[in-house]
Amino acid sequence: MNRVGEIEKFSAEIPSETARGKLSRFVRRYAMQIGIVLVGVLVWLLFLIGSPKTFLSFPIYAAYMSTTPFFALMALPLTLVIITGEIDLSFPSIMAFGMTVYALVLVSTGSHILAFIACMAAGLVAGLINGVIVVRIGIPSLVATIGTQFFWRGVVLVITGGNGTGLTSAIGGVLHTGLVGRLFGLIPAQMIWTIIVAILVWFFLNRHRFGAHVYLSGDNVESARLMGVNVPRVKTLVFAIMGVAAAFAGVVVSLEVLYFWPTLGEGYLLSTLSSVFLGGTSVFGGTGTVFGTLVASFIIGAINAGIVAAGLTGFWTQLIYGLIIVMSVSLQTVLSRRLR
Amino acid sequence: MEYLLQMVNISKTFGEVKSLHNVNFEVGYNEVVGLLGDNGAGKSTLVKIITGYHRPDPGGQIFWKGQPVDVMTVAKARELGIEVVYQERALADQQSLWRNIFMGRELSNRFGVLDVEGMRRETARLMQSHMGFTSKAITPDSTVKTMSGGERQGVAIVRALYFQAELIILDEPTMGLSLSETRKALDFVNGIKEASKSAIFIDHNIFHVYPVADRIVVLDRGQVKGQFFKDQITLDNLIAKLQHVAQTGRLE
Ligand SMILES: Nc1ncnc2c1ncn2[C@@H]1O[C@H](COP(=O)(O)OP(=O)(O)O)[C@@H](O)[C@H]1O
Ligand SMILES: [Mg+2]
Repeated sequence: MNRVGEIEKFSAEIPSETARGKLSRFVRRYAMQIGIVLVGVLVWLLFLIGSPKTFLSFPIYAAYMSTTPFFALMALPLTLVIITGEIDLSFPSIMAFGMTVYALVLVSTGSHILAFIACMAAGLVAGLINGVIVVRIGIPSLVATIGTQFFWRGVVLVITGGNGTGLTSAIGGVLHTGLVGRLFGLIPAQMIWTIIVAILVWFFLNRHRFGAHVYLSGDNVESARLMGVNVPRVKTLVFAIMGVAAAFAGVVVSLEVLYFWPTLGEGYLLSTLSSVFLGGTSVFGGTGTVFGTLVASFIIGAINAGIVAAGLTGFWTQLIYGLIIVMSVSLQTVLSRRLR
Repeated sequence: MEYLLQMVNISKTFGEVKSLHNVNFEVGYNEVVGLLGDNGAGKSTLVKIITGYHRPDPGGQIFWKGQPVDVMTVAKARELGIEVVYQERALADQQSLWRNIFMGRELSNRFGVLDVEGMRRETARLMQSHMGFTSKAITPDSTVKTMSGGERQGVAIVRALYFQAELIILDEPTMGLSLSETRKALDFVNGIKEASKSAIFIDHNIFHVYPVADRIVVLDRGQVKGQFFKDQITLDNLIAKLQHVAQTGRLE
């Protein structure tokens, strides 16, 4: 087969360039990531100046590493969904739905491991249903997942009758230790899981064919399809992954507090979405980074801690997260128009 | 005579609209066919049937190298070596050049793990040897949104040639391009001919089609109204005939 390549005699030599040119290209290419790190450092410095005693001791970071994963674990896969140009607003309810299945299986079998497996399966099913509604039936994901958000919450409330389930029997078990135990008595296991999930999502997004197709599906559906990318499968898969991640996060949150509340998930919608958008993922699809989302999750977590530390009420949280979402998506859009 | 591609008695109906009426169309080996026609003539529809994107109405037949193709699907067309450079954006704007070159055909191992370095290297080589990118500002990692229209067409054409396309279809590659950019795009069409491949070049501008095509097929309101071998007709003559078709819907 005569690829054009093999006809060629001469090999490519990229002209070597000055260090300055390299630096400026690096800055331009990673502008978004550099920006988000700077924002993070700035927020941290503000807290440090505001309350040096708190922020120079470990406990605040331990608390921080225990609660930020609750939504970071979902923000990471949500990044994939948004890169494909879709959105998922149903994950808070899927957290609760997964835990409802968990509670049912736990009550009937007494096994946390079985309950966990059933919960993951429930998340997978809920995610796949989102995928089917969006991809096969063709409903805009914004509308579809608002629908399933109410639907799953309804299912949870009907099944549980609004009553929670105690999970203290999990203490000492493999699942509890593995998901929310403390490594060396210090580092919350969920923090380790967050890093593992971040690495996995990064790998699949940047170094795997699946991730290449995630980007292409969100950037230019038409040409992706014409070039043989199976866009429906890619999108169904990201919704399915999101469902599993939501169920997983539901387990982590519930095991941490040793109780399953049927309202589980409420309050995570904003922090998760704002992590993705603050992290530089475009609302229009096609671009976004795992690194950005991870760093932004911790910024959001810090702001959360800051709000509490500053003695502001929970009412402020909504106002601030709402502002972050609107500002970050607007800023991104304006900047990307400038850089064109 | 055997053709690379032969389409016999192809019709296509969308609901009430009949976009193609009993079209016969063929492309020879190492031939550049210009497909000329006004907006709405059915050019894109014909192309999308060739690429398996649309199914023709029953009764038509498609042959590839003399062999009948029962059902043309997107996968089948690609397998045969049919590549399209669409008038809609052929590239994913926000992705790097290498991701665009290897779009949908990423180099990867059997687990789907990408060979990123390999793709970067190949892209760098193609840029120098075929795309004529000499500027240091553009690297395999540059996003394509910063490139000009002609450069982007070049990327799409080089991509098709790289993947051993036998028949490259260009659907209005010059649309929205400046004069000098158009010339660049036309150069790439000549490159297809030199690489011993075939092409269908669609345009509604005769001045673009005439210089690069071996044969020109005129499509009007879903019907083939005539065809001309370039060596048998002058540009002025052709223009006069086209005006006649446009006014009367008939060639003579
Ligand atoms: N998917 C479709 N659904 C309905 N009508 C279509 C579709 N695609 C093309 N048409 C119609 O078919 C005719 C030919 O269109 P097209 O092939 O795009 O023309 P051209 O590319 O020559 O400008 C037009 O009348 C157009 O409206
Ligand atoms: Mg057209």
